[in-house]
Amino acid sequence: MAINILAFGIAKEIIGQSVVAVAEADGMSVGALQLLLQNRYPALTRLSSLAIAVNGEYATAGTIIHAGDELAIIPPVSGG
Amino acid sequence: MTDIKILSEPLNTEACTRWVMTPDSGGINVFIGTVRNATKGKPVVRLDFEAYVPMALKEMQKIADEAFTRWPLNKILIHHRVGSLSVLDIPVIIAVSAAHRAAAFEACRYIIDTLKQTVPIWKKEVFEDGEIWVAAHP
Repeated sequence: MAINILAFGIAKEIIGQSVVAVAEADGMSVGALQLLLQNRYPALTRLSSLAIAVNGEYATAGTIIHAGDELAIIPPVSGG
Repeated sequence: MTDIKILSEPLNTEACTRWVMTPDSGGINVFIGTVRNATKGKPVVRLDFEAYVPMALKEMQKIADEAFTRWPLNKILIHHRVGSLSVLDIPVIIAVSAAHRAAAFEACRYIIDTLKQTVPIWKKEVFEDGEIWVAAHP
């Protein structure tokens, strides 16, 4: 089952939409998902950082993704 | 006690300051972020802010919780605005009250500095001839 990933800021512009579906994400690690996204959208590799949030928390590369998780691509933040 | 919000309407400096006042506070420190008219000499037309709201609220709460463990504080308010902002508009207000001013000063600085590093909010600077997502590229 495909998992939808939210995209914000410049990541949304690079991807061209605010949600991207990744068919093979269930059971994948966050690190593998980052590589998959960077392969699919090479412009993501030029960002200063590319974090993934799982259920609203910054996730480490080893975190395993499960169907039903809320995922988000977090490009470098710049609030304030 | 905290008041943490992400808002799409203008922030109210007066109301934010009043909210953190308590009878046992001897000092209130308020940081007001404002939209500057230029970046590196280039005129700025406007700033567009967006947030991953549920996560941003959680991250701001974590920062406030950490500030309460580091300093003896009474109240913390963090309000951040999203949407399109013009020069002189206010994207962020941090207000902190404490019995003594040192804690209020230090906590206020800690909160804005950490917010800029961890909270999922993004701003795009719009110039006359283009636009840039701030901090996106090395």
